[in-house]
Order: sequence, then structure tokens, then C-alpha cells
Amino acid sequence: MDLARDAKRSSRLNDRRVRGLFYQILLLVCIGALACGAIYNAAINMRARGVPMGFGFWNEVAGFEINLRLIEYSGLSTYGRAFWVGLLNTLLIGAISIPLATLLGFLIGVARLSPNWLLSRFALVYTTLLRNTPLLLLLLFWYNAVLKSLPGPRQSLSIGDVVFLNNRGVYLPMPVPRDQAIWFAGAIAVAMAFAATFREWARRRQMRTGAQAPSTLIALALIIGLPTVVAAAAGSPFTFDIARPSGFNLTGGLQVIPEMAALVFGLVTFTAAFIAEIVRAGILAVPHGQSEAAGALGLHRGLTMKLVVIPQAMRLITPPLTSQYLNVVKNSSLAVFIGYPDLVQIFAGTVLNQTQAAAQVMGITMAVYLVISLAVASALNFFNARYALKER
Amino acid sequence: MEFLAYVRQASEPEDPPPSLSSGTLLWARANLFSSLGSSLTTVVLVALAAYLLPQLVAWATTHAVCTASDGAACRAHQDGACWAFVAAKWDYLRFGSYPLAERWRVDIVEAIGAVLIVWLLWTNAPRRAWGALLFFFAYPIVTFVLLYGSSLLGLPIVDTLLWGGIFVSLLTAVVGIVFSLPLGVLLALGRRSALPVVRLASVLFIEFVRGVPFITILFMANNMLPLFVPESWTPDRLLRPLVGIIIFSAAYMAEEVRGGLQSLRKGQYEGAMALGLNYPLMMALVILPQALTFVIPGIVNNFIGLFMDTTLISVVGMTDFLEAMNNAIKDPVWSGPTIMVTGYVFAGIFYFSFCYGMARYSAHVERILAKGRR
Amino acid sequence: MSADRDDDAAIRFMGVHKWYGSFHVLRNINLTVGRGERIVVCGPSGSGKSTLIRCINRLEEHQRGSIVVDGVELTDDIKRIDEVRREVGMVFQSFNLFPHLTVLENCALAPIWVRKMPRRDAEELAMKLLTRVKIPEQALKYPGQLSGGQQQRVAIARALCMTPKIMLFDEPTSSLDPEMVKEVLDTMTALAQDGMTMIVVTHEMGFARQVADRVVFMDQGEIVEINAPQPFFDNPQHERTKLFLSQILH
Repeated sequence: MDLARDAKRSSRLNDRRVRGLFYQILLLVCIGALACGAIYNAAINMRARGVPMGFGFWNEVAGFEINLRLIEYSGLSTYGRAFWVGLLNTLLIGAISIPLATLLGFLIGVARLSPNWLLSRFALVYTTLLRNTPLLLLLLFWYNAVLKSLPGPRQSLSIGDVVFLNNRGVYLPMPVPRDQAIWFAGAIAVAMAFAATFREWARRRQMRTGAQAPSTLIALALIIGLPTVVAAAAGSPFTFDIARPSGFNLTGGLQVIPEMAALVFGLVTFTAAFIAEIVRAGILAVPHGQSEAAGALGLHRGLTMKLVVIPQAMRLITPPLTSQYLNVVKNSSLAVFIGYPDLVQIFAGTVLNQTQAAAQVMGITMAVYLVISLAVASALNFFNARYALKER
Repeated sequence: MEFLAYVRQASEPEDPPPSLSSGTLLWARANLFSSLGSSLTTVVLVALAAYLLPQLVAWATTHAVCTASDGAACRAHQDGACWAFVAAKWDYLRFGSYPLAERWRVDIVEAIGAVLIVWLLWTNAPRRAWGALLFFFAYPIVTFVLLYGSSLLGLPIVDTLLWGGIFVSLLTAVVGIVFSLPLGVLLALGRRSALPVVRLASVLFIEFVRGVPFITILFMANNMLPLFVPESWTPDRLLRPLVGIIIFSAAYMAEEVRGGLQSLRKGQYEGAMALGLNYPLMMALVILPQALTFVIPGIVNNFIGLFMDTTLISVVGMTDFLEAMNNAIKDPVWSGPTIMVTGYVFAGIFYFSFCYGMARYSAHVERILAKGRR
Repeated sequence: MSADRDDDAAIRFMGVHKWYGSFHVLRNINLTVGRGERIVVCGPSGSGKSTLIRCINRLEEHQRGSIVVDGVELTDDIKRIDEVRREVGMVFQSFNLFPHLTVLENCALAPIWVRKMPRRDAEELAMKLLTRVKIPEQALKYPGQLSGGQQQRVAIARALCMTPKIMLFDEPTSSLDPEMVKEVLDTMTALAQDGMTMIVVTHEMGFARQVADRVVFMDQGEIVEINAPQPFFDNPQHERTKLFLSQILH
């Protein structure tokens, strides 16, 4: 009887679930204590240093200029407005760099797999060099050693007299729509509609009768050809505003400030090296037996790639690829080193220095990046679940 | 149908392959000129290389200025690198503003570190567990005492403001790895735990740190750490970014370790449990030794990434190697058009050699592990 | 070429040599396979038997000699290679089914894109052949959801959907668990009874005895002995044949 009582008593303490509960409560208490201590200290310190504790600074006047803005902003705008300018600038860099890096990365990745030994070695040199060099060094190189060393506006370098390079930036011709632009846009829309319809018709015809049509080629010809014909008939849809010297400067044209040019160039070349390796690994991971089986069935190399290898490779490529896209957005924060006015440079830099509201500013900044990361991760999980290979 | 049955009378001789089925001519035909497009590509690339390579080599060697005491010689030879600049600034690039008389302390710390790291990474080294213990527990203490100084031992204190250059880059990266590995293991175990609170806490931490740019972690550590601790503790200027680095690296390390834990077959856990080992013993004796061995290539890759990320600590005022180079370039004695390019190229070579060397090592370990895992 | 078409041989190897680098893997292969004939190729590992049949649909290239398949000589000419591959079906040791397509789509893929069949006809054909290999109910499943034996039977159906004149089997049962070997061998036996020209590389000697018209023994890259199954197994002539048979028939 004593034994039974002892057994019941000891088993309570040794019960796995009881212990689990105990550890979790302990962890919560520890985290809670740390958090309370931190907040308590923070309140004391912030009050002692006169640091603002609310979000009132959001509506105060900023008092500084920003040299690249996609929305209205001036020295009289609020800190809140500066936040939006910075956020838009960050998104702008992402929107430009991600497609370019993807394009370059896929090209180099395919070059790595080329049967031409020289081409694959050149691509290997590219990826090896850029994956083992810090991004900051690349940015500093492009910004300081290249773009800032260009001559002044009066001695600008020119490419064909339409593109100008000097130490104030890269001046591209800015397309200015004329009246005829409507016809051009209309032609593009009509061509795309036709191309889509044609492809659908060709697909159905193939299902019914087996006959194939070169629908991709015809679609491309339509989309390029129709607008070109319309432009030739009605007149060019755009005039180009080309930069021209005015005083000590250049006016007109589309000015890309050197900070932005350096950031985009550095990010694109750096990320493309990683994307190239991802593409290469994805295609190589498709077992060679798949191409052999497709070949044994009589499919030629183009069809084998399109129907068998690429669909399987894309499943392997997509997760690390989206992770690289996230890296582009996070790495754009290096803008602070070369003065490009992105979210971190404006908000976590200038605004934080001026308002001293460190906790609030950092909290908001990190929240923005977290939202972007979570959004992309959820989208990726969704696609993964839908398109995963089904197994037992 | 011809002969139905056949029995071999004499053996076939083993012939050498025909002259074009092996050797350089066939190789060239297959790999460089296999089609029209391929041949054109080969010609273009060879022309490109023939145009660029001699210029690059000349810039770095024959036209370069190797010895000079100031920038005059380099300003005179603008078509070559100014290696003299690097040579002149080498001490600053290595030590920053660390006092001349005390630099031997840095040398000792680097030497001990090199020995320990080689011991740990050499796959056949004896008693690697001892090396790990020394590296993770004794070495940090020795490093701190030697670099910072201690009145007890008669070593003059050297303020962290004066630290700079290569040894700061190495220090931050090594400290990052040393402290983030145990933290990362804890986080990985926490993420796989059955206890919901533990798992949630680990997941939140990892995903939060991985979702934000490294610079924001540095800013947060630099600006907010002093706020969260009592006024009298004022954390040192180098300590704050170090904390940021440790937190950042721990989250990525946790994911690597989690991958290693997942790749272990379930039978390992079951075997240990069947023997009666409790959770801590099972982890320490059976699971973690295997998982961490699998993960060594991943850890080395993390180290490479971390070493490249140390370039960012200049944003909170610390002087790493790249920042030291930036400072050196601004010296008016050496001003000239080739100085900046020379400096950056040298920095690039430095980082590339280090990172590429570590990457090759990691690939080597991966190959060895793959063989053994069959 | 049209003159060759009257040739009633399905496959002719004439003086075929192949090297991997400096390794002489096929030495002076001379072999003729008639239409409707069933050949089993056996031999120790490394003897070149897989290389031999992979040369028939140009998955491997030979360096000397000539191979004529269904009247078409195999050279570097891509058009001819595609022609041959349309008429020669292959079943692999590791199945090589396309994991991102259903069983039905696996089988219908080549008829749609190579023979340019309408989708409905291709799927009808696929269902017919899946019934023939006795797994019509798996048509909408993915390969990863099937057992090894079922996957291999799907692979056979997929090859048959191209209505080939010749079927090649490269160790079709070597990756299967023992209890699934029989279902695949039964499928192949039924195929043989329908008159298909078959070249089978296998270690399954029971199958060879039952189904083969001739057994070809290869060793170290050369053909050592060819005979009908009964005299081959009961009365091997060459020393090396005797040695091999003593090792595998115990």
C-alpha cells in the first residue's frame, strides 16, 4: 500500500506533461521579467534624456530635403511624409532590381550549363567573383570609383549623343508621349488580345486534331509587328527629351542620380550571381534519366526541355529564388552607405537622428520589412502547396 | 535469320581508341566548336579575353608602382596600380589605431585563433572535442583579456575606439560564430520542441531576425541597447554591434542546425531512447554530434556570409577593414586617381581570397561527408 | 535507304566498337536481331550489356562499325535519330516516369507532341495500354503515389503508346522488391506472346528460359556465346559462359 502511494506521488512530478508545463511557465516568466525590466529601464532612460515617447513626431515638420522622391515632398513636409517617400524609394529599387537581376541571373545560369566550355567558364568566373565579394565593396566601387569619378556636366561622356554620363548622374532620353501615342498603345493592346486569342485557338486545335502551330512565334511577331506598323503609319508615338547643357548643368532627359545607378547596378550584378547558381542547381537536380526517357520516347531536345525538364526545375528553383528577392529588398538598405534616400537612410537615419525617438522609428522600420517578408513567404507557401509534386 | 548459335573461338584484342575519339582535338571539337553558335561564341570570348587580360595584368604588375614614400610616383604612373600605397598603409589596415607598442597582443590573439581553427576544421585532427572546448570557452576569455587589457596583469587598457582594420573584421566574425552557434542550437531545438510556448518563442525570434535587414539589427542594438539597461551599465561601443551580430547570426545558424537535425534518421532518436538516455543525454551524446557534423559546411557558409557582413559595422561607427581602407584612401599625402581603385581592388582580393578559400574547404568537407553517409 | 527497308532484320550490329575515354567497352559486336525475335542479354556487371542496348536508340554513341535499326543507320544525323526513337521503345531500370504529370499524361505526352495525335485519341490509346498492363484505375494518380511494380508497368505502357516496332528493356526488375518482380515479368511475357521484337537485359533467368528465342552472353565488352535458351542453360559451350552460369544458378 505504501508502495502504491509512493508511486502515485512521484509520478506526478515526473509526469512529462507536468514537466513540460512547468518549463513553459518558467520560460514565460523569464521572458516576461526581461521584457518588464527592459521597458522599465527604457522609460527611465528615455525620460532622463528627453526622448519623446509617443508617435507625435510623425506630424512634426521634417526640415530636410530629399533629392529623389516619387510623391510631393519639401522641407516643410512632415516626418510621416518623409517615411512614405523613403518607403516608395525602397520599393522602387526593388521593382527595378528584381526583374533585371532575374533576367541576368537566368542568362548566366544557362550559360553555366552551356556545352561551350569557354562560355561556361566565363560564367563560372562571374559567379565565383561576385559571390565572394562583399556587396558593400561593390557598391562603394561603383559609386566612388566609377560614378563619382566621371567628369563634370560640361565634359559629360556621351553614348551616341542621347545618353550622357557625368558625376551628377546618368541622363537617359525621356520618352514624351505625343498624340499618336494613343494609337501606339491601342495597337499594343489589340496585338496582345489577338496573340492571346490565337494561342488559345491553337491550343484547342492541337487538342482536337493534334496539329501544332508555332503560336509563340506568331504571338511575338504580332506584339512586335503591329505596333511597329502603326507607328510607321501614324508617326512616332514618342518624342524623346534629350538632356542638353544649360549653364553649368544639363537640363531635360531622365536623370538617374549616381546613388541610384550605383545601388541598382551593384544589387543587380551581385544578386544575379546567386540566382545563376540557383538556376543551375535546379536544372542539374532534375535526374538525367528524365531527359533520357523523354529522348527515348522520341521528343527532341526543345520539347524535352519545355515539357519535362523545366517544369521540374522550376519547382526546385522557386523557393530559393524568392528568398533572393527578399535579399534584394533587405540589401537595398545598404543605400545608407552611399546616400541613396531609401527607407533606412531617411527614416532610421535622418529622422531618428533628429527626433531621437529610436524605439518608435526602429519599430516602424522593422515592421515594414517584416510585413514585406511575411507577405512574400505566405505567397511562396501558397504556391508550394499547390504545385508540389504529389507523393504517397 | 543468320546463325542461330555462336560460340566465341578467340578473344577480341583490346584496342586503343581511334585518334579522334580522345585527345585535345576531339575535346576542342566537342566543347568549343560543336555548332555554329558555339564556334562564334568561342571566337568572341577569345577575342574579349585577348583584349582585356593583357591590360589587367599590365595594370596589376608591369605598370604598377611598388615602392614609394608618397603619392607622387603614383600620380606620375596613372596606368598602373599603386601597390606602394597598400604597403605603406598595411599596418593601419591591420590594426587600425591600436597603439604601436601593444600590437603584439593582437598578433598573439590572431596566432592562437589560427591554430585553434585549423585544429577544429582539419577533418582528421586528433581530439577535436578538446579543440572545440578551448575555442568556444577559453579563447574568448583570452581574447578579451589580451585585446582590451587588464590592470591585474599589467596590460594597459586599449579603448575599443582605437581598434580597427583586419583584426576587427576577424574578431567580429569569429565572435559572431562562437556565440551564435550555441544560441542557434538552442533555437533549433526550441523550434522542434513539442512544447508550444517554446516553439512559438523560437519561431518568432528566428523569423523576426531573418525578416529584417542586418543594418536595422545593428541600428537597434546600437541605439536601443543603452536604453534597455540601467544607466550605469553603458554597454561598450564595440559590444553593441557584437550583440547585434550574434543575434543575427544565431537565427541563420538555427536554420542550418534544424536542417541537420531533420536529416538524421528517426532511428537514431529511437536507438538512444531505447537505451534509456534522457533528453539532455540523448542530445549531447548522440544527436548533436552527428547533426553538427552534417552542418559543418553550412556553418562555414554562414561564417563566410558573416565575414562579408562585418563590412556593415562601420554604419555604427566601428572601423572594420573596409572602413580602414576608406580612411586610408582619404590621406592627402597619397591622393591620386589610381589610389581609390587600387585600394578597392586590394580589398576585393583580400575578401575574395578569404571567402573563396573557406568555400573550397566547405565543399571539401561536404564531399567527405557525402561519401561517409552512404 | 528505301532498299534497306526490305531488310527483314530489326537490328543489325556490324563490327561495332565503343570506347569510354580509353576504356574499350564494346569490342567488335556483330549481332542481327530478326523481326519478332526475343533476345535476352546477360552477363556480369561491367560487361557492356547496358551500353549495347543503349546504342540501339542512340542514348550512347558508337565510334566504329555500323548499327542499322529498322532499316535506318544510326549516325549523328538528328533526323534519323528521332526517326529511330519513334519506333524503338525503352524501359529503364529506374522507371524514369515524369513525376509532375499523372500516369495518363505520362503515357499521352509523346503521342500528342511527337506523333501529333489529338488529345482525345492519345488518351484513349493510353487507357487501352494501361488496361493491357492491368492498372487502368491508376490513370489519374501521380507516379509518386504508386508502388515500384506499378510504376514500371506504367513505364511499359508509356513506351507502348508510341506503337514501337522494337522494345528495349534495361534491367527492368533490378530496382524492384521481390514480390513485385513477378507482375512486371508477367507483363513482359504477355507482350512477347503478342509478337513484339524485344531485347531484354536482365538477370532473371527464369524469364529467359520461358520467353527468349536466343540468349546472348556478354563478358568484358565482347559477345561470348549465343544460343537458344535450352541448349544455352543446359549445355553451355564456352568456359566463361560456364563460369558465369555456375555463379548465378545455384
